Amino acid sequence: MNNFILLEFLSPQSENSLDEVVMKILVAIKRVVDANVKVRVKPDNSAVDLSNVKMAVNPFCEIAIEEAVRLKEKGIASEVVVVSAGTKDCQEQLRTGLALGADRALQIETDAEVEPLAIAKLLAALVEKEQPGIVMMGKQSIDGENNQTGQMLAALTNMTQGTFASEVEVSGEELLVTREVDGGLQKIALNLPAVVTTDLRLNEPRYASLPNIMKAKRKPLETITPEDLGVDVAPRLKTLEVTMPEERQAGIRVANVSELVEKLTAEAGVL
Amino acid sequence: MTILVIAEHDNQQLNVATLNSVCAAEELKQAGAGDLHVLIAGSDCAAVSAQAATVAGVDKVLVMDSPALAQQLAENLAPAVVALIKGAGYSHIVAASTTSAKNVLPRIAALLDVAQVSDIIEVCSADTFVRPVYAGNALAKVQSSDAVKVVSVRTTAFEAVAAEGNQAEVETLEQAADQGVSRFISEEKSHSERPELASARVIISGGRGMQSGDNFPLLEKVADKIGAAVGASRAAVDAGFVSNDYQVGQTGKIVAPELYIAVGISGAIQHLAGMKDSKVIVAINKDDEAPIFNVADYGLVADLFEALPELEQQV
Repeated sequence: MNNFILLEFLSPQSENSLDEVVMKILVAIKRVVDANVKVRVKPDNSAVDLSNVKMAVNPFCEIAIEEAVRLKEKGIASEVVVVSAGTKDCQEQLRTGLALGADRALQIETDAEVEPLAIAKLLAALVEKEQPGIVMMGKQSIDGENNQTGQMLAALTNMTQGTFASEVEVSGEELLVTREVDGGLQKIALNLPAVVTTDLRLNEPRYASLPNIMKAKRKPLETITPEDLGVDVAPRLKTLEVTMPEERQAGIRVANVSELVEKLTAEAGVL
Repeated sequence: MTILVIAEHDNQQLNVATLNSVCAAEELKQAGAGDLHVLIAGSDCAAVSAQAATVAGVDKVLVMDSPALAQQLAENLAPAVVALIKGAGYSHIVAASTTSAKNVLPRIAALLDVAQVSDIIEVCSADTFVRPVYAGNALAKVQSSDAVKVVSVRTTAFEAVAAEGNQAEVETLEQAADQGVSRFISEEKSHSERPELASARVIISGGRGMQSGDNFPLLEKVADKIGAAVGASRAAVDAGFVSNDYQVGQTGKIVAPELYIAVGISGAIQHLAGMKDSKVIVAINKDDEAPIFNVADYGLVADLFEALPELEQQV
């Protein structure tokens, strides 16, 4: 459908310029526990218990895939490659990426819990190989909540960075990024290649259609190892203990606004 | 062993979040780390360095004042800070978890080839920290083996140190270079007379139950009477009722005011992650089963369109 609109819209001249488009977009995604699952800590306090828990593409990563696919549909990108580091299980999320419109997938096979710095190093090695114009990823994962990988990748590859993006536009040789910052929005211009980390309002990801899910099964998915990329993924941080926070107890119900105001004034002393 | 705190500021005013990160740095100091330096990186920021010099616990203020740092673009700021760290041999780099620190701190850590520990809520020792993961449903105690510890600080978990009373030495550093790869175009600040979410004593937030951005004035009227900041749930932001800088939650702002009033907010995990450390929580929702009531000290099952005008009358 989108291709059809695009072709109809283009003049012969712009069709030529479409041929010249060579920008590749690399999208890094993460398999995480589903956003609606309230996790529990293992009884031995070693980690969060992820057995039999529903997993999904990290919501911010879904937004990154969507943005990359839209840039391809606009004729700005020529290829969208999704990559994820993890066990074989993360192929499920890579297939989701393919169903949403990515062209091919790369799985960096590892059993280890890879920290953001190590992920950034793996991605930096891939950037060297793939030479993307833009690397997109979520601003943070909803499990580890580090908010580091994109910035670290930009540092290691000497790329520019547009973090917490709510709008992305390629303008000539530059990438214009509107960023969600404390207290408002900031617009910056970046030289390409650039790393973009996505915030919520960038777009609303589409749902994968059944035919696209079927098609995704036949798209190429390559597996490589950290050794292939020459990257040491040894952790720098040691998790000593994982505990549950103190649960907040439910308080009381008040019957009406007057009672509420009275309680807040007299009992809690906060009004 | 010396600690470097990267200050949060807008070239005129030292942001209060810096006082929270100095508090975390003070705890590191007590855990054995050495002097506490504060870096003011900006442009025409002399006023800020003067303010930083009076902050309790600060041993020295370092000023990096150059046009290339006016908006603290990560591409210009990170190499300048890294050169400073390498030259002076800092053991800890600390900053508040604001969007500007979140932007630049990991870039600094990667250039130093060290891990970053994000959003700490507790300093256990000079190399061990507690940080929330999984929307605050678990707390991880992590130990860093790196030579330099790069740490961002959840401001709600640390008290603000006194802003006045000290007289630290101020040292001017070399100018930072413009790397010429990124440039600032414009900024759109949400102007509000109300307090900032991050530092407000009282917050009143609206969720999907508000039905439309046009109904937010109902909240704002209450907010103005009690001097509260106005927030929103992710659902309300996603639905386009208000802009993203209102968002309280795992992926928005983390707040812990004395009083948090959640109106028409169901209480999704990711919203609770942003406000459950508030001292007193009030929930107003017409759905008796809404999970927000499980964390609320005072719950009122009511139609918010009736309750809000009443509340405005009675406070």
